[in-house]
Parts: sequence; C-alpha cells; structure tokens
Amino acid sequence: MTVVTDMADAVSSALSEGDMLYLGGFTHLIPFAAGHEVIRQEYEDLHIGRATPDLIFDRMIAAGCASEVTFSYAGNPGVGSLRAFRRAVEEGVPNPIEIDEYSHFGMISRLSAGAQNLPFVPLRTFVGSDYPEHNDHIRMVENPYESEPEEIPVVPPLNPDVTIIRAQRADENGNAQVWGITGDITEAAFAADTVVLAVEELVDEDVIRSDPNRTIVPGSVVDYVVEEPYGSHPSYAQGYYDRDNQAYIEWDEISQTQEGIEEWLDEWVYGVETHADYLEKLDTGQFIDLLPKSNYATPIDVGDY
Amino acid sequence: MVEYTDTELMITRAARELKNDDTVLVGVGVPNLACNYAKRRHAPDLEMVYESGTIDSNPSKLPLSIGDPVLVTNAGGVVPMLQGFQHYLQGGHIDAGFLGGAQIDKYGNINSTVIGDYDDPDVRLPGSGGACDIASNTDRTFIITSHSERRFPEEVDFVTSPGYVDGREGREELGLRGGPEAVITDKAVMKFDEGGEMYVETLHPGVTREDVLDATGWEISFADDLGETPTPDAEGIELIREDLDPDGVYTGTSD
Repeated sequence: MTVVTDMADAVSSALSEGDMLYLGGFTHLIPFAAGHEVIRQEYEDLHIGRATPDLIFDRMIAAGCASEVTFSYAGNPGVGSLRAFRRAVEEGVPNPIEIDEYSHFGMISRLSAGAQNLPFVPLRTFVGSDYPEHNDHIRMVENPYESEPEEIPVVPPLNPDVTIIRAQRADENGNAQVWGITGDITEAAFAADTVVLAVEELVDEDVIRSDPNRTIVPGSVVDYVVEEPYGSHPSYAQGYYDRDNQAYIEWDEISQTQEGIEEWLDEWVYGVETHADYLEKLDTGQFIDLLPKSNYATPIDVGDY
Repeated sequence: MVEYTDTELMITRAARELKNDDTVLVGVGVPNLACNYAKRRHAPDLEMVYESGTIDSNPSKLPLSIGDPVLVTNAGGVVPMLQGFQHYLQGGHIDAGFLGGAQIDKYGNINSTVIGDYDDPDVRLPGSGGACDIASNTDRTFIITSHSERRFPEEVDFVTSPGYVDGREGREELGLRGGPEAVITDKAVMKFDEGGEMYVETLHPGVTREDVLDATGWEISFADDLGETPTPDAEGIELIREDLDPDGVYTGTSD
C-alpha cells in the first residue's frame, strides 16, 4: 500500500538507525531535499550509498550521518573534490567512515543483482585493476561453459533497507515517470525493502496511463510518495530546472573546513523546517535563471483499442 | 603563424584521433571539446555517447558534467545506466574513449583513486566512475593531461583503469579489449610500442627531448622519426574560441 505523505514523515517512518540507505538518481534528479531531511533528523549510523555521492553525501558525511559509504565516483562533478568525504577518509573528521567502492558498472551491477534476487552477477571489468585486491566483494568465478574467458569477475547484490528516488511525476499510487537520464532509479527501487519516491508533481492516474512507456518504477514497489517541487536543487530535473552550477562552485569554498559546512548546515538545513522553507530562502532571481525554455516532444499515438 | 594555447593544441591534436564513423565515449572538459571539435571539422557523423546513458548527444552548449541536461535535449537516445554499460560498452559498441587521471605509468595504467596507501591515503581521489569500465571495454582509449614527473611516475600508486598492465601480451591474456592508443600532453604526443610501452611520437613546437625527460618519471624513449606536433589553424582556433568554449571555461588564457 502506497502512502502519500510529507518528507519528514516518510523519512522517520521508513528509515531506522543502522540502515543501509541508497539515494538514487545518476547525476540527475538527486534527492537533495530528502538528504537534508535525513540530516535534520540527526541520524548518525547510516550506511549510505550512491553511484555519485555528489554534494548531498558531502553534507550528510559532515553532519555525522554516515558510518559507511558505498559509491563509484566521489567528486564534485565538473568542479573538483568532495572535501568532506575526503576529510572523513583521510583524517576521520567528523568521524571515520568505511568505504566500499566500485566502478560505475560494478555499482549498477550490484543493484541489478539485488533487484533480481541473484547471488551475484558477472561483468567484464576490474580485471587488471587493483580493486579486487582491496574490495572482498569483487571476486572471480570459473566460467562453467567451454568459452572465454575462463574466469570472470562477479559482484554480489546490494539490497538497501531504504531507497529514496525522485521522478518528474507520479500518481498517488507511486507509478513514477522520468524523462532525461534515468540512471540507476529502477534498479535502486527494485533492490530495496522500502522505497520513498519524491516527485516534482503529483498527477492524475490518467496522465500516467496516457503514456505507460514512460513509467520506470511501478507503484507496487513504492511505499511512500512525497510531492516536493524543486526537491533536487541544486541538482536538476530535466525540463523543470537546470543544475545550479553556482551552488556547486560555492560548495567548493564552503566545504574547505568542517566549520564552514557546519555553519552552512545551521543556516540551510537545521535552520529551516521543510524544503519549502529552504526554497523561500533562495534568491528568486538566481532560480528563475535555471528554468529552461520549453521544448516539447512530439506526442505519440498509443492507439485506442 | 596562428597563436594558440597549450590546451587548444591538445584539443585539436586529440580531435585528429577521432574518425567519422567512430562511436566515442566522451568525458567533460577538454575531451568534450576535442570530440565536438572533431564533429565540426572532419567527423560530422561522430556519435558521442556519455556514461550517463545519453546516445548521439548534440549539446547546444558546453556541458558542465557528464549528466548535464543539454546532453539529453536533441540526443538520438537515452538509455538506463545498466543498459549503457552492458549493451553499449560491454557489448563492444564503443570505438574510442577518453580517460583522465592523477597518475599514468609507462604501460598506460591510470590511477584516479588514491595517492599513497589505499587504506591510509595521502590524497583520496574521486575513484573510477566509468573509467575502469571504459579502459577495459573500448577499442582505443586516449588520455589528455598536463605533463609532469608527478603525473608520469614509473609505477602508479593504484591501478584504477588498466592500460597494457605489464605489456601488450599481459593485457591480451587478461581478455581486455583494445587498449591505450595515445597520450596527449602539453609537451608531446605519446604512443605505445609493440611491447605496450609508451614512447614519444612528436614534440610540440618549442619543446625539447630534455623537457620531456625531465617531466617523465622513467627514461621514456623517442620515435626514430621523432616529429613535431601539428598546430591548430586559424579556422580551428576561431571554432574553439567563438563557438565551443566562448567563455574560456577550459581554454582560458589562465591555462
């Protein structure tokens, strides 16, 4: 049964201390508002996972939410380092974190194995690299057939306790439609025990059913639906708003010190009650610049049978 | 004589490596400029694929990351992450790919994971992203980077993306597809010999053998017919400065 609620309720209902929490969305539709809510609720022993940790994990790590991080690319995309992530790994600030890392292909393969209920999946990567030596989850199995290669790397399933994903739109049953980069959203949802879906717009079921091919997560795997416009800021939602690149560049400065991040969190996360309050604090002029001009897809004829 | 920056030379030289019928896995920054340059000059049919799953992208402006929405609008297709890596990359549909890294050794093995010990790092770098996957499954890979001894050590601290591992035979035995084709720096263009070891093919104008030896962590060898790297023409410079990177994000004079 899918419940329509707000983010504070969805997070507190779905997420327990010690859980493995995966935030879906590969470079697109990053669940920033959800991550901020996790920080506000002061979790401190989560195993967090994302292919691209991005600024949201930098904030969650600096806030002390994480004890372990599973990832495949920990950078500030197009800008440089994730400084809080680095401080945690290099200096144990604010607390040491365990890391569990893959290539992107390794990461999505783990989610895929989890979504399919398989003990492992094979993939042609990691051979010749130093990853298998440092990550016991990456192992070799013998090819049972008379073909090449004789041995192939495998990775085990990743089954998050909770996955939080975003979509442009969904109905109240949680049937989620995404356009633009779809990334890891489907696998991350199917692999998890509990799924929280946040959307730019909650729409009538008729809208979803008018274009069924666009549904990438069915409501049957979604537990909580939250309508939260602009909930990916400063990341983006295709057709709704662009990435706030200035915010990514400013983060490089803010995150120079743990104290700098704490001040930022006091103002922008702890200092507001909801994502709506956060949006009200933003510079409206800057936000309007992020809205793209329209560019509609040609409608298709599904046929009336 | 057309004036150009080091970065502009690297863009135009890298673009020459791309053929009209190639499918290329593009990165952001300088590789993105090189691919768009090739498409606008000699390779109009070049298919640009990004690791975020956008297929045959036609960006109307400079993408800020591999996940930029400009890579989706007007693209030929968009596929989920799993399909991009399984069907396109692992399935053998990518001819050329660009890689970056903090360290590159003489066999073209790349480190973008860690400086120092993995468990007690001096500098923690972002990690593989798609790099290990691209390095393992692409016919020809290219590296564009600045040239310094720190960046070209005899051995990398961590192999994120395998090159020729310990030689061409070593790579073949491991069943890896293709391998590194060229390394393009601000001093020279390097290729790989029969054994899979890097050598200098051409020097950029004004650069000496000593300059390259001083900036390389091993005794790198030079081609018998060592030449000079071709420089950009006026039309090419105009294309880069007015069209591809008008704000000088990657080609600014600060380079």
